[in-house]
Amino acid sequence: MRRPGGSGVPLPLLVPAAIGTLFLVLPLLGLVVRAPWSDLGARLAEPGVGQALRLSLLSATLATTASLVLGVPIAWVLARTRTRGRSVLRALVTVPLVLPPVVGGVALFLVLGRQGIVGRWLFETTGVTIPFTTLAVVIAETFVAMPFLVISVEGALRAADARFEDAAATLGADRWTTFRRVTLPLVAPGIAAGAVLCWARALGEFGATITFAGNFPGTTQTMPLAVYLALQSDPEAAIVLSLVLLVVSLATLLLLRDRWLTRSGAAA
Amino acid sequence: MSRRVRLALSVAAVLALTACGGTSAGDAASSASSAAASSAASSSGEDLTGTLTVFAAASLTDVFTDLGDRLEADHPGLDVQFNFAGSSQLATQLTQGAPADVFASANEAQMEVVTDAGLQAADPTVFTENVLEIAVPKGNPAHVTGLADFADPDLTLAVCAPDVPCGAAAQEVFQAAGIDAQPDTQEEDVKAALTKVQLGEVDAALVYATDVQAASGDVEGIEFPEAEQAVNQYPICTLEAAPNPDAAQAFVDLVDSDEGQQALEDAGFRAPTS
Amino acid sequence: MTLCADVTVARGALTVELDVEVADGEVLAVLGPNGAGKSTLLRVLAGLLLPDGGRVAVGRAGGEHDVWDDVAAGVHVPAHERRLGMVFQDHLLFPHLSVADNVAFGLRTRGVRKAPARAAARDWLARVGLAELGDRRPGQLSGGQAQRAALARALVGEPALLLLDEPLSALDARTRLTVRAELRRHLAEYAGSTVLVTHDPVDALALAGRVVVVEEGRVVQAGTPADVSRHPRTDYVARLVGLALLPGTGDGPVVRLDGGGAVAVAEETAGPVFVAVRPESVALYLDPPHGSPRNVWPARLVSATPHGSTVRCELDGEVPLVADVTATAVAELGLTPGTPVWAAVKASEVAVYAR
Repeated sequence: MRRPGGSGVPLPLLVPAAIGTLFLVLPLLGLVVRAPWSDLGARLAEPGVGQALRLSLLSATLATTASLVLGVPIAWVLARTRTRGRSVLRALVTVPLVLPPVVGGVALFLVLGRQGIVGRWLFETTGVTIPFTTLAVVIAETFVAMPFLVISVEGALRAADARFEDAAATLGADRWTTFRRVTLPLVAPGIAAGAVLCWARALGEFGATITFAGNFPGTTQTMPLAVYLALQSDPEAAIVLSLVLLVVSLATLLLLRDRWLTRSGAAA
Repeated sequence: MSRRVRLALSVAAVLALTACGGTSAGDAASSASSAAASSAASSSGEDLTGTLTVFAAASLTDVFTDLGDRLEADHPGLDVQFNFAGSSQLATQLTQGAPADVFASANEAQMEVVTDAGLQAADPTVFTENVLEIAVPKGNPAHVTGLADFADPDLTLAVCAPDVPCGAAAQEVFQAAGIDAQPDTQEEDVKAALTKVQLGEVDAALVYATDVQAASGDVEGIEFPEAEQAVNQYPICTLEAAPNPDAAQAFVDLVDSDEGQQALEDAGFRAPTS
Repeated sequence: MTLCADVTVARGALTVELDVEVADGEVLAVLGPNGAGKSTLLRVLAGLLLPDGGRVAVGRAGGEHDVWDDVAAGVHVPAHERRLGMVFQDHLLFPHLSVADNVAFGLRTRGVRKAPARAAARDWLARVGLAELGDRRPGQLSGGQAQRAALARALVGEPALLLLDEPLSALDARTRLTVRAELRRHLAEYAGSTVLVTHDPVDALALAGRVVVVEEGRVVQAGTPADVSRHPRTDYVARLVGLALLPGTGDGPVVRLDGGGAVAVAEETAGPVFVAVRPESVALYLDPPHGSPRNVWPARLVSATPHGSTVRCELDGEVPLVADVTATAVAELGLTPGTPVWAAVKASEVAVYAR
């Protein structure tokens, strides 16, 4: 007899779930198995590793911050306004999702590069160029990762009861106050989830970064770039770097889940 | 948003996530298996048939595609398939058991990986050479004149990463010339370096003569004497496990022929000096 | 602080055209079935919905009016600039704020400093009997407590206009009774105008000084609760207040019903009239009764629904009626749907009034 409301998973769900999990976990296991454990310590101590890791974490975090500042308002416009161009806007915002990241990098050149539409003006007036700088890394990662945030937050906003915003309006709150004091706290778990997704995507970003920001240790060489280049000459070093990236990102996500996601989740 | 749209978007998200890796080697494996299937059809003395699979360095893409077409034209029953990629990627694929008839490497190191594994049918021979050249945007706006300009921190400069062959060669010439290079970026491959010249985003990049030749409309090449310090020699060999050994030999012969050498020269390669 | 509103709003197929006026201290109940346009009116008054035509104005102390909406003049004051309080059906307390912060919210947005806003919130929480619960989250309150907190939140700023949108309908029957009584007390103390939207006639009768009945976007009847319940003008109102409403033509002591049959009445009438029969005036028999009742009709029992201490029996026959009988009587007569019965009503218990 099955207990009412018991935890039994129906077979049609269990089998694909198990296969899916294996599919996702086995490549990871492959990395762990193939890692050169004997000289791991020496390899980790190489200065390039820490440098690339620091740059990765910094740029992914900055990209997530930029995505929050720019992406949450986009999500709000998509979820809460009835502008005629809304569906076009949504399609445009999700373009980076389907664009091969390398193409995204070239596109960024065409706008922000030294010969780009905006970049040329910037260079001629201030002498500042964006490509091949850490700023370029952050821009490339933001370009690729922000859609993930926008889509998550838009979903959260749509799921949130808009009548709370009506209630706030009858209590004297204008739309900005309502957004800050009611909407934002209500969708905080959704924003947190979107930010995590965005951060993870930014951390793994490769194509747009190496195209638009180039690759130079300490300035623009993030972990995925270091992994890719190590793969050309020293596959074992690539595995070590991959593992470091994995461990750090998993640890960060688990930590956030405990400290942040569950707390904002409880508030809702 | 309707549920269906949301689903489509999340699918798109997943696709974008999976598409962000490097180049794929999937084509190579599938074409190789079809080569194995049809290999029984070819035998010596008769016209070449079946499928010929050539693993070749990415820099050979244009020339070899052209030579492949010529071979197919001479042998209507023959289908020539190429797997163009970085030499190290190809060497890895071959040592992992990818079936192929011919391997043409952009350097001797990666050929050694293959010969060390005993995969060659005959000793490799050098069939062409490639040397570094300075690529500058059309009109040379930064007035780059020679290798010494790579020490100028005010210029925006690209070289290849030391991990890839063109980067290793760049290091050699800088060392030989005693130049402390100040690049702004170490590109993952020579094409990426060239793209940045084409876009005008760097003032100069160190690439191969063949790359300058291929992009001759957009970039200008500047030869420099120190390039002789790092001549890139391209070895080629047929492979022991070749499913179509006759066609493999025919292809290598074509590459070594006057016709093949002329095609290489037109693409910016030069005949082997040694 | 009189409220004057005369607005037109197109809501798909329905056009809402309502004209209401509410004096200071008055409670107006807007009564009507779902989809009649009641909530649309409330949203227009709150400024959450733009009317397609008309005007909304609220009187000020000096006798002048603040115009909140005037479509012709292009005036629209947004919701957050209107001095009003609103209580929603399911309270809509902000889940991420404490109960006290919820109550203080309106004061804070209107520029009151933290400490005085907190103090006012505590004061109002005490008035609605929630003094101890200010630090809780809304999720930790019962339905009745949450609705009290929502009332405190709406009233704390002493708004000119109080809007109540089905404030009791999400509560269970017993809680509704107590909250209704408290609401009545608070409304009696409140100096501004109140508009109460409800589909429950008991709320309307218990809380409002005046009732407008809205059907399909139009006012079909207006008056005091007693007036409306005694003299319903549409079938909906009649059924709502429990009356069977029968249109007919007066012919001396008899009214000939439009639907067929006749009713003996206590006063003589002529011309088109309504005949209203209260359910408790209808007696049921299995055999034709003899004696004093002068109106007896054969009927068939359609349904029997317990309604407080009585059972409401819906009858189908030449004259459709509703009867309230005791549970004992239902058992003794063995009434089940389909049972043929005789319905009897004394002439003196039949209300008759001109159409």
